[in-house]
Amino acid sequence: MKFTLSWLKDHLETGATLEDILYALTDLGLEVEEVTDRTARLAPFTLAKVLHAEQHPDADKLRVCRVLTDEGEKQIVCGAPNARAGITVVLCKPGDYVPGIDVTLGVGKIRGVESHGMMASERELELSDEHNGIIELPSGEVGEKFTDWLAKNRPEVVDPMIHIKITPNRPDALGVRGIARDLAARGLGTLKPLDIPAIPAAFPCPIRVEIDPALKAKGCPLFAGRLIRGVRNGPSPAWLQARLTAIGLRPISALVDITNFFTFALNRPLHVFDAAKVHGPLRIHPAQGGEELLALDGKTYALRAGMMVISDDNGPESLAGIMGGEVSGCTEATTDVFLESAFWDPITIATTGRALKINSDARYRFERGVDPAFTLPGLDLATQMILDLCGGEASDLAMDGAVPDTTRAYRLNPARVISLVGMDIPEEEQRRTLAALGFTLSGDMATPPTWRPDILGEADLVEEVARIASLTRLEGKPLLRSAPGVPKPILTPLQSREKAARRSLAALGYNECVTYSFIDEQAATLFGGGSDAVRVDNPISSEMTHLRPDLLPGLLRAAARNQARGFADLALCEIGPAFHGGEPGEQHLQATGLLVGQTAPRDPYGSRRPVDVFDAKADAEAILAALGAPARVQITRKVASWWHPGRSGTIGLGPNALATFGEVHPRILSALGVKGPAMAFTILVANVPLPKTKTPTRPALAISDLQAVERDFAFVVDKGVEALTAINAAQGADKALIESVRLFDQFTGEKAESQMGAGKKSIALTVRLQPTEKTLTESEIDSVSARIIEKVTKATGGTLRG
Amino acid sequence: MDGLDTLKAKYLSAVATAADEAALEEVRLAALGKKGEISAMMAGLGKMDPDARKAAGASLNALKDEIDAALRARKAGLADAALDARLRTEWLDVTLPGRPRPRGTIHPVSQVMEELTAIFADMGFAVAEGPQVESDWFNFDALNIPPEHPARQEHDTFFMHRAPGDDRPPHVLRTHTSPVQIRAMTEQGAPIRVIAPGRVYRMDMDQTHTPMFHQVEGLAIGRDISMANLKWTLEEFCRAFFEVDKVELRFRASHFPFTEPSAEVDIRYSNVGGQLRIGEGDKWMEILGSGMVHPKVLAAAGVNPDEWQGFAFGMGIDRIAMLKYGIPDLRAFFESDLRWLRHYGFAALDMPDLAGGLSR
Repeated sequence: MKFTLSWLKDHLETGATLEDILYALTDLGLEVEEVTDRTARLAPFTLAKVLHAEQHPDADKLRVCRVLTDEGEKQIVCGAPNARAGITVVLCKPGDYVPGIDVTLGVGKIRGVESHGMMASERELELSDEHNGIIELPSGEVGEKFTDWLAKNRPEVVDPMIHIKITPNRPDALGVRGIARDLAARGLGTLKPLDIPAIPAAFPCPIRVEIDPALKAKGCPLFAGRLIRGVRNGPSPAWLQARLTAIGLRPISALVDITNFFTFALNRPLHVFDAAKVHGPLRIHPAQGGEELLALDGKTYALRAGMMVISDDNGPESLAGIMGGEVSGCTEATTDVFLESAFWDPITIATTGRALKINSDARYRFERGVDPAFTLPGLDLATQMILDLCGGEASDLAMDGAVPDTTRAYRLNPARVISLVGMDIPEEEQRRTLAALGFTLSGDMATPPTWRPDILGEADLVEEVARIASLTRLEGKPLLRSAPGVPKPILTPLQSREKAARRSLAALGYNECVTYSFIDEQAATLFGGGSDAVRVDNPISSEMTHLRPDLLPGLLRAAARNQARGFADLALCEIGPAFHGGEPGEQHLQATGLLVGQTAPRDPYGSRRPVDVFDAKADAEAILAALGAPARVQITRKVASWWHPGRSGTIGLGPNALATFGEVHPRILSALGVKGPAMAFTILVANVPLPKTKTPTRPALAISDLQAVERDFAFVVDKGVEALTAINAAQGADKALIESVRLFDQFTGEKAESQMGAGKKSIALTVRLQPTEKTLTESEIDSVSARIIEKVTKATGGTLRG
Repeated sequence: MDGLDTLKAKYLSAVATAADEAALEEVRLAALGKKGEISAMMAGLGKMDPDARKAAGASLNALKDEIDAALRARKAGLADAALDARLRTEWLDVTLPGRPRPRGTIHPVSQVMEELTAIFADMGFAVAEGPQVESDWFNFDALNIPPEHPARQEHDTFFMHRAPGDDRPPHVLRTHTSPVQIRAMTEQGAPIRVIAPGRVYRMDMDQTHTPMFHQVEGLAIGRDISMANLKWTLEEFCRAFFEVDKVELRFRASHFPFTEPSAEVDIRYSNVGGQLRIGEGDKWMEILGSGMVHPKVLAAAGVNPDEWQGFAFGMGIDRIAMLKYGIPDLRAFFESDLRWLRHYGFAALDMPDLAGGLSR
């Protein structure tokens, strides 16, 4: 919403400075976004008089002038054709900044003649585009400030323009008068009365108006108008044009400018029909659908069934409350005008406006809610202005419907106001505030004014009181702890685990990323997503169309970007939601790590090697351990399609998958442009079971003083035999005695097969025996060893390696 | 016993001149070995009468101890010399690099979320969560934003696809963290104090906007919680978060459908040579929106507005992270540029807590 200071002063009697007004506006909730105040830039310039002008000795087009200024006579060289003795000019002195040419003046020499300043053109002072000569003022004294002269003679030029942001609840502030009312309530002046003229009816209105019964209850409760005949629709007067220009509107003609003026001055959008182009009565009715209307913006709109239109015998002439039609619009030739003032239902206007994508000042206001009770007074005021500016005579009122009754009242509870705001606002001040805003108070009940459709409950009264009292005055009061003493922990177990996973990943060397929750369809599809259920209907780009089914695609894309920048060795991770459906709650927390390239930079110690599956596995296990997952888990080869089928596994507890690790499928890498291979893991954080008992107490430490014994075994097995089979078999040989079984070596490949036979490999286990009662004898050790060999060979189909 | 003195002189000299451990061992064997000279003399003691044996025995023992001590001392000396000689050959270029260790980082958004949590936990706020795909009832209606309200249009909402035949209003990607207010109150009732940090989505992408960003919601409902309590809470938060001795906040009336009264909150700051300083100067910057929870919102969440009242606020996490840590560009938060992650990221063990301070 834009307006000028003088426009505000049409409605507000005030001695407040611009600065005070701006502060109050923002503080009241009418946030000032921009102020254009030309006086600041024009402040240095003063009036001067050219005493004498003569030809420059060395240049045809220059004159050397003697100029009388407030600092005495100065010599100024000037190139303007109108520089001559006797004219009053605007002087820019050395040191002044001239906005139109973006120069700070100095004393100069022009073709050998000194020049002490310049005489400005309109363009040089950004007053207009005029640059044919320097400004010649018809009045003014030498030394007078140019801004003072402008204020007296061309006030619109120095009228500050104020642009404020209007929150959706304040349609009343979409008119200058509403803003003035707020400022008056704050105490920055008094609201000037608005006199509604009585319009004598010179003749009966020849255009009947008629609201379709389907719309009377809601869509259009009231439609009124008047025919004014014999008008002259030329350009509007300078003051009106200046107002509109100042707020960025283009003056069109007196009739159109008057409607725009009322839109901004009083939040009363109006429409003018050229009565000569209206045939028969005006009907306000829902469109049947399929009609077309050429609107004032030059576009043709296809109407859908139910949209409100104003039609005459020829069909739709206006999109009710949104935009008029081109055919029945006013032109310079208009002599008879039908002035419309109506009240439209906000929701109906919003729905139609959105469907047709028309953003007009009228729609903007009607959908937020104009004052229904001001429909007729607004019509009267505008009629009077047309009569004043364009002449003619007005008909009687053509009207259908009635002002809708919006009367409602809410209890003002002064104690509750104080309790909610936490500020001591006396009851008397509360009542005075509401009265100043137009509320009617009766006992403790407050009836909102008709221009405040947003006031819908007691809480709204509180807001009005607090806003006018100024929240800047609010002083903080401590919020006491809800319980005394040391606060309890507040994170849920899942939240703690998310944090643990994140910190552990960083400790393992991963750089945490935050990538978008939506990804492109191709990537989503590759990872089992991409269905319509997770599709964003109005994506902002084709890269962000589907909710991510997994965190890996985002990280892989990030890896590709980093590779393109020359970073080949990457350890990236993310902890965040993945979406398995499009319903609220169909999301789950993943912690994903991605390794690409080498484990380390080149160094003298040979630390560098390509990352492999067991790097990813070790990290996955470390995170699971940090999350409190049990040490003993199962590893299966049941993995999703984006993993390398032979080089990946799922870590689980029975049917409950905790994590997947492995090499990313090469086809995925090439689809996402990642130079591989790439290792990764995904942890399903919520699947890690919570501890059964929640006590910080550890179980007692059972350690034996008896000597533990370690024995190594090597087995020859088929290549496809998994180490875990052997380990579990060995473990089962004597559950009490065997403390741990670890695989410490494997021998595979061509050399191994040449020694042990085709399709064979060797694995070596170390078994640690921990007696608890007495030291083991050799024979006891031998018997356990034999059982281990028996179990392992049986489970793996292998043999002890000789 | 002149013989003993001669013997002593002989062996001590031999010990002193032994060039290495082998020579020293020869000296030991010659003197104290089983067939050594002194051992032989000890063996001869048995033939003496008791008095003579006593005197001679004592002298011999003293001699034996003296030679033994000399042998040990010489041995230690030789070992030291040998070690010194070896160490002189053992030289490494200690300016070589240490073995590479990976250095991981925590994203600034995560770090700041933990900072927020630490501060609000101390004030008794728990952490609540909610889904990011949200029904339009939770995202709008329950927050007093009815379907045709202009405020809905201003949210630049992402809508989820609706299958043909499914006539429910489309779900949305939550445009703010405020729906978590409703969920938390519905689950826990009042009194309640929660913050809800998380991802939110708006259809906006330019220099200063990304279609996804992070917000933290705050909610405190009690019997007599007021806007003055809100101001204090935010002042305390900002002072702790920005790690300055004092902050100044300005409450400015505004409008949010879900709070009433509503206020936008500005913080005082200065800009000295491109560096922002919170708490001083003469500039104001908007950092959050807040207000007293609207009675309709309380009612929508099953909390009786005649009995309970309180405040809510919403703040951009990315934005306050940018302010605190001097990060210039929001878009870079989500680009995963390794250089950015390393520069603006935090070490794994930089865990914010109030006792140790939030940042190093």
